[in-house]
Amino acid sequence: MGSLRLLTIMLLLGSPAFAQSPTYGVGRTPTEEEIRALDISIGPTGEELPPGRGTAKEGAEVYQQQGCIACHGEAGIGGPAPVGAPALKSEKGQDVPIWQRERILPLRAPFATTVWDFIHRGMPLGREGTLTADEVYALTAYLLFLNKVIPEDEVLDKESLPKVKMPIGDHYGRLPDWKPGTRRLEGYPY
Amino acid sequence: MGSKETPMGSKRTSRRELLRSGAALAGGLTTGAVAPALGQTHDHASGQTPAQVNPMIMGSKELIEYGQRSHYVTSVRIPHPMGGRPSPDAFGKVFHVASPLQDSVGVITPSSLHYVATTRGSYMPDIDPRQHTLMIHGLVDRPLTFTMEDLKRLPSVTRLHFIECAGNRHNARQRTVQETHGMTSCAEWTGVPLSTLLKECGLKSSATWFVAEGAEEVKGASSMPIAKAMDDCIIAYGMNGEAVRPQNGFPLRLIPPGFEGIFHTKYLRRIKIVDRYYMNYNDFGHLDKDTEEAALGFQIGPKSVITHPSGTQQLPGRGFYEIRGLAWSGGGAVKTVEVSVDGGKKWNIAQFTSTPQRMAHARFTFPWNWDGTETEILSRATDETGQVQPLREQIAQWWNVPLERNYRVPGLDNSIMPWKIAKDGSVTNGLS
Repeated sequence: MGSLRLLTIMLLLGSPAFAQSPTYGVGRTPTEEEIRALDISIGPTGEELPPGRGTAKEGAEVYQQQGCIACHGEAGIGGPAPVGAPALKSEKGQDVPIWQRERILPLRAPFATTVWDFIHRGMPLGREGTLTADEVYALTAYLLFLNKVIPEDEVLDKESLPKVKMPIGDHYGRLPDWKPGTRRLEGYPY
Repeated sequence: MGSKETPMGSKRTSRRELLRSGAALAGGLTTGAVAPALGQTHDHASGQTPAQVNPMIMGSKELIEYGQRSHYVTSVRIPHPMGGRPSPDAFGKVFHVASPLQDSVGVITPSSLHYVATTRGSYMPDIDPRQHTLMIHGLVDRPLTFTMEDLKRLPSVTRLHFIECAGNRHNARQRTVQETHGMTSCAEWTGVPLSTLLKECGLKSSATWFVAEGAEEVKGASSMPIAKAMDDCIIAYGMNGEAVRPQNGFPLRLIPPGFEGIFHTKYLRRIKIVDRYYMNYNDFGHLDKDTEEAALGFQIGPKSVITHPSGTQQLPGRGFYEIRGLAWSGGGAVKTVEVSVDGGKKWNIAQFTSTPQRMAHARFTFPWNWDGTETEILSRATDETGQVQPLREQIAQWWNVPLERNYRVPGLDNSIMPWKIAKDGSVTNGLS
């Protein structure tokens, strides 16, 4: 009896499609394909980036073709009402310290992967998730070029994108090491 | 008429007779004279005089199935900030909407009046709960996908928790408490502890952060420490005794109690276990220059506000008033609230109307006899970890900057809110 039950459990565990949580026996194991399709989080290492490539020059074309220009304006200068999408290009000179320059994603993000991630998950408005990997690489390159982060001919792909040196460098605050019962900032404000 | 109903019928008759005789005593009215104005019939005569008779609310299928407040109660949400983008806009999108704290009683915000904020103006997704799933993957031994049915089978918890938007900041231009503090609300949330799900998946030793992601069109995603996930996060499908409302994340919302509103991921579809801060777009939006400022824009500090009397309200004259307000903290339960009725010279301990819960609104009261002179009323909260709500002066001093009229408090603004009471009883923003 006992061995029969063990056998049943082993059969269940061995069969991913029907696997369930160990304590309560609910849920199922997603397939590799399901995880890949849903996992749009691109972390700083870029390990989740799909194959593909793009340059700023190609990105300028995608920017026109995909209608980015309608909301974000010519060359990322910012859009008109009613959408009024934010500017994507810094107007201030590069000699201005980063925290005194505009708060725009392709300029102030610590990682170029964040730029890729957001264009991929959140753009274009109303057609999110429809851009191809090549288009996202190209748009990322275009916006980084507009902000003088990379040269116009630099090819961005899975290998080069995570290596882009962003202007903010290491100059941003890290979140505290949170534990239950933590005060938000010791000694504040007294 | 069945035999079982006869006793009740006779009881009703005798009660009717009693009422009738009462009516006769009260003014000799017949039942015909107090028939309802709208012509509905009702089966028990009233002994009320005409002045006391109210019009009737006609029963309808809708009212029976899902009730409604009185049409005399007109408290509504408003777009936030004042003069900001309207909600809905011309495209039907929703931005930020503030809760009418000036009319609130108790500690629970009705779901219909809960504040709403969106990462960027967005349409609410109309999610079929039968199709919705939550996938947990990444640095786990067993990635798992749960249906709503799966989640509802698991052991559940029900807790009161506030959610507050980082945009809940008070300034000199605002007039009402809805404008100054309306981007906070408190609801009763029901769901599965996230720790239960993560134990089922089995965390790898390298797991230090998790990313929570929603299913709305922008797929908002935030990074949070795994210690929070294992401590008190709830995967909530219930809100105030029913399903979470679409504006609040139907069918599933992550509740990380006490963290800023943006972390309370709506339309939760995926949790990825990772080994570093993932710097997704929402995280980028939270980026600060200094580590200190970053810490102040994460877990919410102790905060309170007097909701009555508050801006634009009018005291009819000198005499007794119960000062009422709300207090909360992301650090735990509110321990004490102090109220000052003399502009901060003397602080008095306020009462709570019920036991304060962890990371939940607490309702405080303080009895006050207004002598008709001009004054300023303030409240100050202290939480169970000993954190004290600061004055704006103290914050500016800590940062070593001058306190200007439009001073912007770094991180989430939990500074003390003053209300000015004028001689004529009018109440205005003390920062103005």
